[in-house]
Amino acid sequence: MSPGEGPARRRDSEISLATRRRLFLVSGAVLAALMTWALAGMPAFGDYHGIYGLLLNRVAVPQEHATNVITAVNFDYRGFDTLGEEFILFAAVLGLALILRERRDEEEGPPDDDAVGRQVSGASVAVRLITVALVGPTVLLAGYIIAHGAITPGGGFQGGVIAATALLFVYLGGEYLALRRIRPLPLVEITKATGAAGFVLIGIAGLIWGVAFLDNWLPKGTPGDVFSAGTMQLLSVAVGFEITGGFVLILSEFLDQTIVLRRRRGVRSG
Amino acid sequence: MSFLPFAIAIWIFLVGLYGVVTSHHLVHLVICLSVVQSSTYLLLLGIGYRTNGAASIFVDIPPNTKAVDPVVKALTLTDVVVGAAVTALLLALAVQAQKRFGTLDPDELDPLRD
Repeated sequence: MSPGEGPARRRDSEISLATRRRLFLVSGAVLAALMTWALAGMPAFGDYHGIYGLLLNRVAVPQEHATNVITAVNFDYRGFDTLGEEFILFAAVLGLALILRERRDEEEGPPDDDAVGRQVSGASVAVRLITVALVGPTVLLAGYIIAHGAITPGGGFQGGVIAATALLFVYLGGEYLALRRIRPLPLVEITKATGAAGFVLIGIAGLIWGVAFLDNWLPKGTPGDVFSAGTMQLLSVAVGFEITGGFVLILSEFLDQTIVLRRRRGVRSG
Repeated sequence: MSFLPFAIAIWIFLVGLYGVVTSHHLVHLVICLSVVQSSTYLLLLGIGYRTNGAASIFVDIPPNTKAVDPVVKALTLTDVVVGAAVTALLLALAVQAQKRFGTLDPDELDPLRD
């Protein structure tokens, strides 16, 4: 926007905010009425009688030896859908990396924190201490959550996000350059790809044992044991890798945008 | 009373939608979209709830305890993951809009410019 143009500049075809609000109030009221009508026909809250859920609650433990039925649904009964879900995230991260790639008129500069003449107070000692102290336990917690996906609340998705936050602690407490050292991007990408490929390979491995794709072909162990529930634990670890890689990549791309990418001087945008 | 969770889901949906419609900032718009999406979590979990039902995790409760529906919970998990992915992608687009047009106001974005 050049200085001469202000927010007041509007094209004739544009709808003013007041009109937009009025239109929304009318259509929103209609939508609310329709939704209320639709949901009024649902079974009353707390009176659910869907047969599949109730059945799964009964059979998941004896059949698959997984005490966390939600994980059993995700990684076993509905494993094929989770494969698709995993690839939605994979595609989204790829798209993000593509959108935020270095453009022709941009170059990597020194991190903002290191710019000449810039006074950066940096993180205080207290923040540094707490974040450094939290990195280890966070990674440990992530490993625990991933490894117990089929037993207690958790799994690859939840644990992977927790693992990625460890990276944010490093950024908060340290410097951007320290972050870059512990986050070699090729390795992150390999982690992510391993997770995605691992899920498919564990599924295909079932075919070798003569069962269906993503069937639970491993010995199922004792319910409640870490080494139980067969392939679910392996799939949980694969998803954990993929999610960790994916979120580290997302966070890194956004940090790179604000901290190191500069517009090259003298090149017009376009 | 039994309709309250659904009513709140509808309310969150509409409040988020109102934010999307009247938004002046792309980041605000993306957050409003997350608000719209969070109404689906409430709806899904509200549908699967059974009065006094335990969580469907049978590690320290007897196997035939009354428990809520695990299928909608798994769906909610999918919902959250997809929501995070979509939010990240939309925010990346907002970053590009800022770079290319120098503004984050959707009204200022002119499709014919640049």
